[in-house]
Amino acid sequence: MDVERVNLPGIGMQHAIITSRGRRLGVVSHHTGRRDLVVYDKDDPDSAVVSVALTIEEANALAELLGTARIVERLADLRRQVEGLVTVQIVMADGSPFVGRTLGDTAARTRTGASIVAVVRDRQVYASPRPDFRFVAGDVVVVVGTAEGTAAVAAIFTDG
Amino acid sequence: VHGSLLLVELGAIILALGVLGALAVRFSVSPIPLYLLAGLAFGQGGILPLATSEEFISAGAELGVILLLFTLGLEYTAQELVGTLRSSYLSGATDLVLNAAPGVAVALILGWGPVAAVAMGGVTYVTSSGITAKVMGDLGWLGNREAPVVLSLLVFEDLTMAMYLPILTALLAGVGLVGGSVTLAIAAATVTVVLIVALRFGGLVERLVASDSDEVLLLKVLGLTILVAGLAQQLGVSAAVGAFLVGIALSGPLAHTARDLLTPLRDLFAAVFFVFFGLQTDPSQLPPVAGAAALLAVIGILTKGATGWISAARVGLGTAARIRAGAALVPRGEFNIVIAGLAVAAGVNDRLGSLAAAYVLVLAVAGPLAARAAEPLARVLTKPAKAPI
Repeated sequence: MDVERVNLPGIGMQHAIITSRGRRLGVVSHHTGRRDLVVYDKDDPDSAVVSVALTIEEANALAELLGTARIVERLADLRRQVEGLVTVQIVMADGSPFVGRTLGDTAARTRTGASIVAVVRDRQVYASPRPDFRFVAGDVVVVVGTAEGTAAVAAIFTDG
Repeated sequence: VHGSLLLVELGAIILALGVLGALAVRFSVSPIPLYLLAGLAFGQGGILPLATSEEFISAGAELGVILLLFTLGLEYTAQELVGTLRSSYLSGATDLVLNAAPGVAVALILGWGPVAAVAMGGVTYVTSSGITAKVMGDLGWLGNREAPVVLSLLVFEDLTMAMYLPILTALLAGVGLVGGSVTLAIAAATVTVVLIVALRFGGLVERLVASDSDEVLLLKVLGLTILVAGLAQQLGVSAAVGAFLVGIALSGPLAHTARDLLTPLRDLFAAVFFVFFGLQTDPSQLPPVAGAAALLAVIGILTKGATGWISAARVGLGTAARIRAGAALVPRGEFNIVIAGLAVAAGVNDRLGSLAAAYVLVLAVAGPLAARAAEPLARVLTKPAKAPI
């Protein structure tokens, strides 16, 4: 499935997909965090027939409804596929040397082979955080890897 | 006594603008024409001429222009600007030629001379990006496939303004061909340097002004903007362009915070600017130019309609999208008045200001209406009448 991606200068970004049944759906991502859910005309793919403005919270809730089940399924698949893979949640303690520093600074994947797949902060999930993601104390870091690898990440977080 | 009268007048003006703004929100129209009308009422020959506050308003108006251009620059990143320039220069050139021509022609036909013609070309050319973006958001058009086409054209126009304003400033100052080319060269060099700085070293500027305190950030950003605007003015590049470039150089989360902090100031001083322009326009000068303004407005709707149609057709969009693209481009507003304001301040032609005011009054109102009429029009055109059974 292809996702079309177009820049909207000054506004943000327009993403659109065409479903297997031929319907065009889109999301307008505003710089402000607002999201518009767009459904296009059956006969005229240029024109939106419905455009629903969503706040950040509403968009997250919708994404969760649409996506959570899939992520859980995929994680389950992954575990089945790879023997010995574990998912652990590590809390970024107040005294950790990485509070205020970025994910890239930890070099966790290079040093341990384990991957940081998500960070939970204030009940909000930051999936696939990028290397410039900056940790704060209290972040719950979700790590996937071997038992040794994830334990090594936990050690890095406490001792640097 | 003088001081208290100044406060009373200022308070009354700003309160009146607030009431007008509330009306604009209530009826979901642009407040710009209402502010202009307020300026007309407060000015010479208006119903409530001001006694003491004109000096303050004049200074406020200058800040208004700087803040308008600065917040416009904030909307865009340098990457977006360069990308747009590459992808849509053909549509952009079409837009420029089709829409500047009527203004140039009118000024020449009325015998106002070449400098006024350059100014009028700018007045008829620029679409109000503020009104257009708002109308598209209100009508739920941002998801449509013509949205990137329209927004790219707006970016192109704004970049053109960065080149055009220095030229106009130079022409208005009465420098000759040589002086004009020097100014243009300085402007081109400045714009290029700023784009390069923003593309390569954007982080540097951000580190310079970044602060966790909103107060500090506000003062630093405002100070930097006004300082650069003043320096640009000194170089003869026009203060507005300097402010625009500072806006472009700031991007990312910092730009977001800066926009939130400066928008209230922008709203206040931009309103003051529109009032100031209205103040300078004598209402008795409007009826003589009404015919020309109405004709220009009709032509302006048609040329923008054609621009949208051609640009949307170029990327393979259908009839409905082409009509919507054209209609979205119709509104004129803040920058047309900025251009006319420069010309009026230089004393080019008495009637240029009135003509520009009347033109913007018509198209700031007609633009959003044209957009609302676009979909019904498209429906009529795309669904050929089926024979009733």
